[in-house]
Amino acid sequence: MRSAAPDIPMVEALNLRKSYGKHVVLKDVSLTVARGEVVCIIGPSGSGKSTLLRCLNRLEEIEAGEIVIDGALIGYQEKENRLHALAEKAACRQRAAIGMVFQRFNLFPHLTALDNVMVAPMRVRGVPRADAAKRGRTLLARVGLAGKEGHYPSMLSGGQQQRVAIARALAMEPKLMLFDEPTSALDPELVGEVLEVMRELVASGMTMVVVTHEMGFARDVADRVIFMEDGAIVEEGKPLAFFSAPVEARTRSFLARVA
Amino acid sequence: MRIVDSPPALMRGHTSRIVQPKRTAQKVAVALATVLLLALAWSVATNQRFRWDVVASYLFSPDILHGLMLTLEITVCAMAIGVIGGLLLALMRLSSNRFLRLVSSAYIWFFRGTPVLVQLLFWFNIQALYPHIGLPFGPQLNLNAIITPVIAAIIGLGFNEAAYMAEITRAGISAIDHGQGEAAKALGMTRAESLRHIVLPQAMRVIIPPTANETIGLLKTSSIASVIAVTELLYSAQLIYAVNYLTIPLLVVASIWYLAITTVLSTGQHYLERHFSKGAVHAIRRT
Repeated sequence: MRSAAPDIPMVEALNLRKSYGKHVVLKDVSLTVARGEVVCIIGPSGSGKSTLLRCLNRLEEIEAGEIVIDGALIGYQEKENRLHALAEKAACRQRAAIGMVFQRFNLFPHLTALDNVMVAPMRVRGVPRADAAKRGRTLLARVGLAGKEGHYPSMLSGGQQQRVAIARALAMEPKLMLFDEPTSALDPELVGEVLEVMRELVASGMTMVVVTHEMGFARDVADRVIFMEDGAIVEEGKPLAFFSAPVEARTRSFLARVA
Repeated sequence: MRIVDSPPALMRGHTSRIVQPKRTAQKVAVALATVLLLALAWSVATNQRFRWDVVASYLFSPDILHGLMLTLEITVCAMAIGVIGGLLLALMRLSSNRFLRLVSSAYIWFFRGTPVLVQLLFWFNIQALYPHIGLPFGPQLNLNAIITPVIAAIIGLGFNEAAYMAEITRAGISAIDHGQGEAAKALGMTRAESLRHIVLPQAMRVIIPPTANETIGLLKTSSIASVIAVTELLYSAQLIYAVNYLTIPLLVVASIWYLAITTVLSTGQHYLERHFSKGAVHAIRRT
């Protein structure tokens, strides 16, 4: 992907629509994320927030709308004023620059922590094994897991697994990181260590879109908080204003329930 | 409620010894099995009609060894067709394309639904149906010359095996959590890369045990190639006892070889399973 000028937003999603059968999950949702911005999406389950996230890297196909990441239209290529759907390989490679962290970690259980971090750079980018290993060790150290390189996921706690998953996503040097409820599957005492790694990532200037139930995290690190309900964005704003003085009644009632 | 001022019975004692149950029935069963096994061993060793001398003289005879090599050749080649064909059929079955799914289902339906003996005879007689094959206006091949009995056996058993391997492979791939493929996709892998590096290595854990079963089954099923005059292991033994009437010793010779190969295959299975169980919660222990 070519790197666009810094004034172009990292994410420009326009009128995304998605439905499962008759149930419309996303009702023409638009979202813009600036470079280096951290956006937290909150909302009740079934509000479409995870679907929106998964549409951004096309893990879900959209029915209408368009997504431009770092100036490049996702899924299509413009040639002679016409849009051509990308071939499978090119479409897959577009995802490589978008890191994704899942609720249930989805680490590869047959690979060690280090191999989990190395596999995509080697197989997708063709990075030589020695370089991938060197970078993998650095990344595991960055998420506080130096010394766990040879451990299989089944030998790690949930919090450690999620940190490996973050390192695995970072190994592809993404320009955008998507987090899909990264702490929802964790025991309460393990949430902190994952959020700490994410805070460090925010401090490093990474552009992030985080679907989360961690209101404290959203309040502390988000540049913008978005509240979704019924497949639409109800309200968004700076965290301070959003949490202290929400405008919409639906936002207020949601915040009252989760606070 | 009455207040109990003495501790409960179990805690009152000084040191509680743990007494295991007697397991009388188990001991009786072990004794019975031992007696039966000893009786069997004694009879096998002393019954002259086993003709162990004949067994020994034929065990490494050139005809038997030739049959053994043919059996191995048929088993290995047919299993290779079965594994590769099974993988392709499984991928077709899991494809998003309805036509491919249908073709795969039809193949499995046909090859599982007809006796393998019939399939073998069919391939052996294929030149009655198609004497020549080739592209229209292209070079023609004489099927009579190509389909030797051994080739017919390999194709027949291999194509039949592919139908069974397809189901085994499909079950293995389906057993892998959907999130694995999704994570691979999110990292930029294509479907093929995800399958090769992420999904299949994990599916192997599920696929290997039944595949080993199939291989051992195929090894023994290969003996039906004798119906199309392939001198594999069993047929070689039969040809010998048809002449000298030493039926039992020669069947023992064949059985010893089948057992030997099965033992080797089982050992291979153990090491393969251990290799592919890396990282699994219940990893297989080293022996």
